[in-house]
Amino acid sequence: MPRWIFPTVAALVTATLALGISVSAVAATIQISMENLEVAPAEVTAKVGDTIEWVNKDVFAHTATARNGDWDVMLPPKKNGTLVLKKAGTVDYYCRFHPNMKATLTVTP
Amino acid sequence: MFVRLSAALAAVSLLSGAAMAQSAKPTDPQIAHIAYTAGLIDIAAAKQALGKTSNKEVKSFADDMVRDHEAVNKQALDLVKKLNVTPEDNDTSKTLSKNAAAKLAELDKLGGAAFDKAYVANEVAYHKAVDSALETTLIPSANNAELKSLLQTGLKIFQGHEQHAEHVAAALK
Repeated sequence: MPRWIFPTVAALVTATLALGISVSAVAATIQISMENLEVAPAEVTAKVGDTIEWVNKDVFAHTATARNGDWDVMLPPKKNGTLVLKKAGTVDYYCRFHPNMKATLTVTP
Repeated sequence: MFVRLSAALAAVSLLSGAAMAQSAKPTDPQIAHIAYTAGLIDIAAAKQALGKTSNKEVKSFADDMVRDHEAVNKQALDLVKKLNVTPEDNDTSKTLSKNAAAKLAELDKLGGAAFDKAYVANEVAYHKAVDSALETTLIPSANNAELKSLLQTGLKIFQGHEQHAEHVAAALK
């Protein structure tokens, strides 16, 4: 089975400020798979600004639902769902339909 | 799940207990039939709930049951077709169906919050019983690797449903 973390450079965001200084930040897209009701990898660390892309390989609908209520991403069968990380912290999340699917996302500033 | 807890346990012991120790292990065609039947029973239960409940959480849970069990059963049908296996009716399937029919009739007499509670409590008990049967008998008895793997996925789905049902049951209190 393939490892499902493929941090890729998804976007190169360049913001030109009024002062004329060019600031660029590299945001990554990190894939997390859901297959046969397993979240892999179950522990992921990412940065604010990164995008998490859950890849649902099952024929069942899943969700990635933060226990703290911050986000709830629907993942229809065989579809992906994304979330742009906005704040730092460690968030436990689970699937509302199959609460035995659990994982942790650590977001660093 | 249509079996009362006691009946559910009876079904489990039928699957895994002394009765099974005496008879031969279920064959793959029988296992396929039992697993498929268990799914159909939960779909029928969910459809009854969808026709009777006005509780949003119960409705949403029942929708999930229909969706997941139809998906599992579709996979099961695809697999038996691929393996050229004809599911074979057996005493365990018959007992499950008989208990399920009795439970449907029993729940049919209830309405409102009483129905919701009874349906969800039964879902918890039913999924527990099926999980136990999968773990102790069906998965260990399955010969074909693909069937075994589908049953293992089925077990995780059922365990997820059991926990989901427990959440809904707690919310109804």
